[in-house]
Amino acid sequence: MQRVGVFVCHCGSNIAATVDVKKVVEMVSLEPGVVHAEDYQYMCSEAGQARIDAAIKEKGLTGIVVCSCSPRMHEATFRKAAERAGLNPYMVEIANIREHCSWIHKDMEEATKKAVVLARAAIAKVNLNAPLQPGESLVTKRALVIGGGIAGIQTAIDIADAGYEVDIVEKTPSIGGRMSQLDKTFPTLDCSACILTPKMVEAAAHEKITIYTYSEVDKVTGFVGDFTVDIRKKARSIDMNKCTGCGVCQEKCPSKKTPSEFNRGLNTRSAIYTPFAQAIPNVPVIDRDACIKFKTGKCGICEKVCQAGAIDYEQKDEIVTQKYGAIVVATGFDVIKVDQYEEYAYSQSKDVITSLELERIMNAAGPTKGHLERLSDGKHPKEMVFIQCVGSRCSDDKGKSYCSKICCMYTAKHAMLIRDKYPDVNVTVFYIDVRTPGKNFDEFYRRAVEDYGVNYIKGQVGKVAPQPDGSLLVQGVDLIDNKQILKKADMVVLAAAIEPEKDVRRIATMLTASIDTNNFLTESHAKLRPVESPTAGVFLSGVCQGPKDIPETVAQAGAAAVKAIGLLAKDKLLTNPCTAKADELMCNGCSTCANVCPYGAITYETKEINDHGIRETRRVASVNNALCQGCGACTVACPSGAMDLQGFSNRQILAEVDAICR
Amino acid sequence: MVYSYYPGCTLKTKAKDLDRYAKECAKALGFELEEIENWQCCGGVYPLGTDEIASKLSSVRALNEAKVKGQDLVTVCSACHHVIKRTNDDMKNVEDIRTRANNYMELEEPYAGETTVLHYLEVLRDRVGFDVLKEKVVKPLGRKIGAYYGCLLLRPSKIVQFDNPENPTIIEDFIKAIGGEPVIYPYRNECCGGYVSLKEKEMAGKMVDRIMDSAAGMGAEELITACPLCMYNLNKSESANKLPVYYFTELLAEALGLKEEV
Amino acid sequence: MSGHLHEDMKSRVIDISGASPHKCMKCGKCSASCPSFDEMDIKPHQFVSYVNNGDIEALMASKSLGKCLSCFACVERCPRDVKPGKIVDAARQMLIRQQGQAMLTPEDVPELLDPEVPQQLLMSAFRRYSR
Repeated sequence: MQRVGVFVCHCGSNIAATVDVKKVVEMVSLEPGVVHAEDYQYMCSEAGQARIDAAIKEKGLTGIVVCSCSPRMHEATFRKAAERAGLNPYMVEIANIREHCSWIHKDMEEATKKAVVLARAAIAKVNLNAPLQPGESLVTKRALVIGGGIAGIQTAIDIADAGYEVDIVEKTPSIGGRMSQLDKTFPTLDCSACILTPKMVEAAAHEKITIYTYSEVDKVTGFVGDFTVDIRKKARSIDMNKCTGCGVCQEKCPSKKTPSEFNRGLNTRSAIYTPFAQAIPNVPVIDRDACIKFKTGKCGICEKVCQAGAIDYEQKDEIVTQKYGAIVVATGFDVIKVDQYEEYAYSQSKDVITSLELERIMNAAGPTKGHLERLSDGKHPKEMVFIQCVGSRCSDDKGKSYCSKICCMYTAKHAMLIRDKYPDVNVTVFYIDVRTPGKNFDEFYRRAVEDYGVNYIKGQVGKVAPQPDGSLLVQGVDLIDNKQILKKADMVVLAAAIEPEKDVRRIATMLTASIDTNNFLTESHAKLRPVESPTAGVFLSGVCQGPKDIPETVAQAGAAAVKAIGLLAKDKLLTNPCTAKADELMCNGCSTCANVCPYGAITYETKEINDHGIRETRRVASVNNALCQGCGACTVACPSGAMDLQGFSNRQILAEVDAICR
Repeated sequence: MVYSYYPGCTLKTKAKDLDRYAKECAKALGFELEEIENWQCCGGVYPLGTDEIASKLSSVRALNEAKVKGQDLVTVCSACHHVIKRTNDDMKNVEDIRTRANNYMELEEPYAGETTVLHYLEVLRDRVGFDVLKEKVVKPLGRKIGAYYGCLLLRPSKIVQFDNPENPTIIEDFIKAIGGEPVIYPYRNECCGGYVSLKEKEMAGKMVDRIMDSAAGMGAEELITACPLCMYNLNKSESANKLPVYYFTELLAEALGLKEEV
Repeated sequence: MSGHLHEDMKSRVIDISGASPHKCMKCGKCSASCPSFDEMDIKPHQFVSYVNNGDIEALMASKSLGKCLSCFACVERCPRDVKPGKIVDAARQMLIRQQGQAMLTPEDVPELLDPEVPQQLLMSAFRRYSR
């Protein structure tokens, strides 16, 4: 029989206001095995832990139950406290009487009863607990960063500066990401390229960083500290070692009709292309869907003009397999398709554009060389209307429920830049709320209004109607004046909601990282572990976790790097001892468990078994403790009951159920 | 292919053209419209309160009639289509309405939204096919035609599921199929003044003038509609840009070379 | 009028309309879309606020009830699925269901008629404006 101590936490008033903690202490004292029970205001505090320490030593406790918050919050805290007092940390059980009880109930009598029941279950379990010893696994001192935008670049540089090898995998032909498409950045209006390209160069030149562009992650296996990843280097059709980046092939390429992804389809590019002039690496790729040589077998002009002999039509996709200790996801975002909001006539008029398209128009390297002009007729606009929240803050089935966070600021930026460069252009912004939390952000927005004369109207637009004269009639509302407004505009700019890059779902599945209904990756704790995925060894950088502007993205990228470095700095990791174990006497080698194991942790061996004196050779399951994550799928799948999970054995679970039903 | 056909009140009186051209063209295109016996008026407007049952029953009767015959139910008038389609959605998805309506109806087998409701244009697009229609055209129209959708065919889009409510294409595709040149103009999905035109003539007038000005400005020479009420309102326009308005079935008959025969 | 009755009328409007006024974020897209905006004394977005505030009597006295086209542009474009147009319809229903409150009677019809009026206009007008 164990000697069990029970510690009931008040959690300030979080628990004590709803659960009669004294009553819980009184009731659990009567439970079998319980030799000590007490309550305290904050069990997780230093004083609270000291009480646990003292009780273990004074009463010779062999197991403890802490009735407190979720084990996700403080299980580790109490296990460490027990360990310091000389107890095996796996002799600690948590009864969650906060999230599972006090927070969700109002009636004290009922809640107290439930708290007692939850405590009983934990006591029943700890009575059957046995000390467990964690194993060890080695840490591969190399990190993978998925995504080569500003988030991925910053994370990679920070990890590399700490002395670890980092690989960046970027699916497009160049690193740089969305930031490379931007013209100026708020709130300081510095040129995006001027602050980004040095970072790109730094990453590319860093001796610890390897960049795989035009590449994708194909497969991920393994676990924290020891991931194995297949990277698919898509056939570039160019020998990267030979190419000098002279650009002649792009000039001479006769297939020039493919919409430029980098310029958001506002102009076209050649079939052999680099997305933009400052691309890193400065090596083009051949878009095989657009290339005449690949489509018809004829052409081959690029090969003829290439002095370096770098063109290689025979090149094939190549798989690079690499081991990593940590993986950082930095897959970024795209803007939503706005043609589902056709009341704004996006697909009916070339002069209705998204804000990201406006970035390209305003950019000196963009399709209009930085001149503000209408895409329909090249004319200089006189009236511009911006519409906020297109697809953000929607509870219909088309849009996004969240605020995209960056639109208010970039719209103020666009409005200000236009008024500054073209004082003859009137700018009107229709908004629902102007949201500018951030250092110097509201001041920035007010400058747009007060110093640059941007006309902000509180109210949404209902319809944009293209007119026979080529203008756009914007029908909106001014909620302050309670008037419907008809405003003739030459261009309309839509602040389209942002959403996680489409690929993220595939990547999250490979990493078994959780993802929310909006396809944002879920953090381990919304407040206290915001850059860690609940999957150990996977970290989150940038907009893949939630909408962010550049400063926030860079800050989070650094935070993700620190977490990755903290992991890589360890030589060994303790492995979770709560793994599956097969009872060889009961196992009949049917393979059911191996078929359901998501981690490939179960193999079979043929060995001699001594079954109650009978010696025979049998095929039995064997669990690799380093791979097993303790999910328990095999224990429920096993038809003969041979599989059990250490720390969560069938006997322990049933004892809990019995205690609850008692 | 034989379809159950629900003509509705106005197609038997003020909008006879819409009806007879629809039937004649159907024959030429290889399908038949079998008029539901003893159909009753749909009410012209989808019941305005969620608590109204009796005013939905005429639609339910027509829907059930088609179900018993094992046919899809075809409508031509926009208003009938709107009312019957939405009532069908209620019968399928709103348990309270389904139960109460069936309690009134005392049918042999309760009706639960089994019938497929199709607008004549949907039959042309999805069953006949605009490409097949195009082959049967003997007199391509060659004129610039603006589609006037109005509101009833398109909204609420989640329930009527007719086309993109803000940038529809079905009538434009129809115009192309009969050899016309569709003219896109922004007010083709804005209301003609609809129901208020009885009492608020001036207000409805402003709305149709805006539609006419927009369509004419974009180069349309005539408008087509599927709705007798739209037809009435559009014809009241006093705009200098007023265009002739036709039922889509009339132009269909013209393109198929049937107009004179009918 | 007692607060209790206010609440009762508010919940009746919400029931009859099937609208969700509490989901409104006051963006005004309904009023921006409304073709009858200028004719209305209480504007579409205000209809939502009046329901939230429980002031249903004012809605029932509003001349907007006769101006709304039930064209559903506001319902279609609302980003929050509030359905403002259905609130107008419901308020009108609550009005005309009261004794003597019909907005159209058979006696009114002859002077409104012209030879082209389609049957469906009369049908629907009576559906909308009388019991």
